[in-house]
Amino acid sequence: MEAALALAHEQETQPAGVVVARDLSRRYGAGETAVDALRGVSLAIPRGHLTAVMGPSGSGKSTLMHILAGLDKPSSGNVEIDGIELTTLKDNDLTKLRRRHIGFVFQFFNLLPMLSAEENILLPLSIAGEKPEPEWIAELLEATGLTDRRSHRPAELSGGQQQRVAVARALVSKPTVLFADEPTGNLDSQTSAEILGLLRGAVDTYGQTTVMVTHDPRAATIADRVLFLADGVIVKELGRSSQSEILDVLSAVADR
Amino acid sequence: MRRVALRGLLARKLRSTLTAIAIVLGVAMVSGTLVLTDTIDKAFDSIFSSSYEQTDAVVSGKKLVEWSQTGKAQISGDVLAKVRALPEVEAAAGTILDLSGDTNQAKILDRDGKAIQGNNPTFGLGVEPADERFNPFKLVEGDWASGSGEVVIDVSTADDQGFVVGDTVKVAGEGPVRAYELTGIVRFGDVDSLGGATIALFDVDTARTVLGKTGFDAVAVAAKDGVGQERLLDAIAVALPDSAEVKTGAQQAQADGEGVGEFVSFIRYFLLGFGGIALFVGAFVIFNTLSITVAQRTKELATLRTLGASRRQVLRSVVLEGTVLGIVASAVGLGLGVLLAKGLTTLFRAVDLELPQSAMVFQLRTAVVAMLTGTIVTLVASVWPAVRATRIAPISAVREGGMVVKKPSRKTLVFGLTVTALSAFGLVYGLLGEGVSSAVRVLGIGLGSFGIFIGLAAVAPRLVRPLAYVVGLPAARLGGVAGRLAQENAIRNPGRTASTAAALMIGLTLVSFVAVFGKALLASDEDALRKQLGTSHVITSQSGWDAVPLGAGKAASAATGVQLASSIRGDRAQLLGGGEVDVSGVDPATIARAYKFEWLQGSSASLATLARGGAIVREGTELPGAGTAVVGDRIAFLTPAGKEVEAVVRGVYRKHGDLDQLLGQVVLSQATFDRTFPRPGDMLTLVQADSTRGLERALAAYPDAKLQTDDEFIANWTAWLSDVMNLFYVLLALSVIVSLFGMVNTLVLAVFERTRELGMLRAVGMTRRQARRMIRQESVITALIGAALGLPLGVGLAALVTQSLSEFGVSFSLPVGTLVVFTVVAILAGVLAAIAPARRAARLNVLNALQYE
Repeated sequence: MEAALALAHEQETQPAGVVVARDLSRRYGAGETAVDALRGVSLAIPRGHLTAVMGPSGSGKSTLMHILAGLDKPSSGNVEIDGIELTTLKDNDLTKLRRRHIGFVFQFFNLLPMLSAEENILLPLSIAGEKPEPEWIAELLEATGLTDRRSHRPAELSGGQQQRVAVARALVSKPTVLFADEPTGNLDSQTSAEILGLLRGAVDTYGQTTVMVTHDPRAATIADRVLFLADGVIVKELGRSSQSEILDVLSAVADR
Repeated sequence: MRRVALRGLLARKLRSTLTAIAIVLGVAMVSGTLVLTDTIDKAFDSIFSSSYEQTDAVVSGKKLVEWSQTGKAQISGDVLAKVRALPEVEAAAGTILDLSGDTNQAKILDRDGKAIQGNNPTFGLGVEPADERFNPFKLVEGDWASGSGEVVIDVSTADDQGFVVGDTVKVAGEGPVRAYELTGIVRFGDVDSLGGATIALFDVDTARTVLGKTGFDAVAVAAKDGVGQERLLDAIAVALPDSAEVKTGAQQAQADGEGVGEFVSFIRYFLLGFGGIALFVGAFVIFNTLSITVAQRTKELATLRTLGASRRQVLRSVVLEGTVLGIVASAVGLGLGVLLAKGLTTLFRAVDLELPQSAMVFQLRTAVVAMLTGTIVTLVASVWPAVRATRIAPISAVREGGMVVKKPSRKTLVFGLTVTALSAFGLVYGLLGEGVSSAVRVLGIGLGSFGIFIGLAAVAPRLVRPLAYVVGLPAARLGGVAGRLAQENAIRNPGRTASTAAALMIGLTLVSFVAVFGKALLASDEDALRKQLGTSHVITSQSGWDAVPLGAGKAASAATGVQLASSIRGDRAQLLGGGEVDVSGVDPATIARAYKFEWLQGSSASLATLARGGAIVREGTELPGAGTAVVGDRIAFLTPAGKEVEAVVRGVYRKHGDLDQLLGQVVLSQATFDRTFPRPGDMLTLVQADSTRGLERALAAYPDAKLQTDDEFIANWTAWLSDVMNLFYVLLALSVIVSLFGMVNTLVLAVFERTRELGMLRAVGMTRRQARRMIRQESVITALIGAALGLPLGVGLAALVTQSLSEFGVSFSLPVGTLVVFTVVAILAGVLAAIAPARRAARLNVLNALQYE
């Protein structure tokens, strides 16, 4: 743990992050009805950090994450992950990039209903045609508390368990960066806390670089850094903060 | 990824099953057809080879004219004696056993004195009781017939009619009916049934008398020990006249089976055609279902993309799904086909076409063809949905709502219009174009009729809205809110509704085409016959296509109450220089009063010249090297007896219609005909009579003679057309059933997709009954859209075809009643398809449905 923190600290001092965005803007539609979801966002996500992105509805936080993860293309600006420029990549190269560098955790879990928990977790590896290391899988199942639920189908699992499967699935390929899109948005507070614990643990244990979009101030308290978005620009940045500090900034941002 | 595809298939059991059925039925038709026709082939094979089992060589007459009434030239007793005398020959016998032609016909009468008749052959055959060497029959009971008063019959006829050994059985051959003592019952070779044929078996001399033959059908030869086949054949060949040839037993069996083989392969391709149509419709259903499934799985597929699946992997997983579905469905269809083969036999029996049966033949080829066609069709149908699946963007994994209804794209419309236009052009050009080669014609018609369905299916999404508005009016007016919602539901995804309706459209197009075209043919055929026939009654054989013994016509003309009886002989002849013609032999003195000649050249006076080497010909008769025959042309032809006949054309009469002709292309006098054709018989006797009592009495001795009034005759002669139409309807029903499953499928998927919405409707007060009605009416609207597309298309195609045949007197008319019936069938199809989905919709638990995601 100490070592991980030390590592994180060391990386924080580095100027360039593992995910770097420069002057991102994104416009939806055209003409009179055009909406600017992002209006010039630049950021660097440091390796081994958990970065939370917050903001009111329509602030552009989801758009930002989609663009950082290569799901959407910016109208202008560029994104690099591990030094690879995303915005000009062809579909095939993007697919390869996703296999190596990106993990996803979704608000609605997005598990495949016909596969067991373990099969869902292994899916990114089987898609990429890689053999799972048994120790690593055992460790993941242990860490997510799914060892005795491994052969259950998603429909037989609770919401919290399903999201744990999703987290394990995102971690299984040891991605360069894990994107979590409102990971607690569909969970009660008890299970939310479990999931947040898992995400934080991955950062601390494996140095898993994580970007989390959330509107839940409690979720943001596990972040090493919190970015606040409003009207498509970053308006504020906090380090590790308490819930009340975050709430204050949020209401200030919302009142702006 | 493979696991995802396969597990998904299993998880969606109902959907997969319904989808598979679409292919199962088509494949079953293909495999059933192959099993059936292979079995018939095998049965005929063993029938023909049984005839020559013990035979080293067969001497038979050459078949001079294809499809002749009188078959091959006969072998005379002299030839038999010569063959017997050869040093290489151990034994030789003359046989009357030819099953391949129509010459060995003798009808057995049932206990009521009526000829036993189906559309099946009624064989009269002869074997030597003393010599079983060349005898293909096996005695089941009693003894062989020996002498002129004895007969033996086949076991299935004996069973059917309750004849036992010792009974008196009446048989009619070429002469009047005679009574025989039944001395035995036989089975033919190893065959269970000769396909409904009856067999009356005599000794050879009696058979020749009964059949009016002077020679033998063949001479069967056994070689002396140590004489090789080749040596035997060579030795015999030297001893034969020109009109005879020698073959090995196996070669002869093959030659005998040739005509039948052609017939069986015609049935094979005919039925395969319907299997193909069902598979084509099945492809639409697969395409539609997979498209819907892909759309419903948008989120799942997008998630796979975010987890690193490439487009290629997504494509492969959907194609794999289709392939597995295709393989499983084909395997099931293959099995079902074996059952269907039995059903088809029954179907053919229903139209009086009984086919011989042996043990069922299941060739490896059947399995291979059925599996390949089914799998490939499914595979092809799954390609486009798979391509569409690859276009799902990864970001759809995080979007709410998931399903986006795509507006019918402009590209699809342009594609559809282009294909439709090209196909329509191909059809019109192929059917009506002038100076077009037949290859181009076939290509135009073939591609056109195939393409027009695809083109229209692509245009259909644009037509769904207006059509649904019109056909949905009754539902919207009378069905209350459920009806209005049904109408809205039918148009909310026009592409889906369109391709569901398109599957039904294909079947309905084809049945309405058959209805309209068939009616046109029927009308023109009746009209043509009416224009030819000038008497009150007609005598034919019971089957209509056998010749009646000459005595019947003579008896008719002598009967009381008969003013006129004019008989018409008929047979085929080979034109010298190529080609075959139908030849009629008429009585020049009476024919003009019985047949309504319309003279293009010459006049009734020309008939008088028939006795002096003259002939009259039908309009449009082509002579080799001389073009269309006109007065003054010489006609020379070879009769099945091997005689050359030459005549000068003295008159040309008008042809009416193109289907059924009472007179041949070449008309001779009966005197000439009887002198030159073998075993002449009357095809028709046209009779003018006040009362039929005297006629009936006169014909009593000729059980095969059938007396009909002019109206009955015309109705019966054209009945084959209605039979054919009915056969088409039954076979096309298969493709309608396939499309029905497509409709069920689409509705089930729609209900599944609208679970939440249905829950909401129920929550705000919709009753179960209303929910059911809503689904049912949506289904009926979809079916009616299919009808609105299919019926006009079928009628249009029929109009086009009748137009192209207008020179043959075929004219277009609209069978309104039949079309109304088809519309009702479409409505019923809609109601039927909705039963299960509507029940599902009505049973939804409101609370669960509302929380459904």
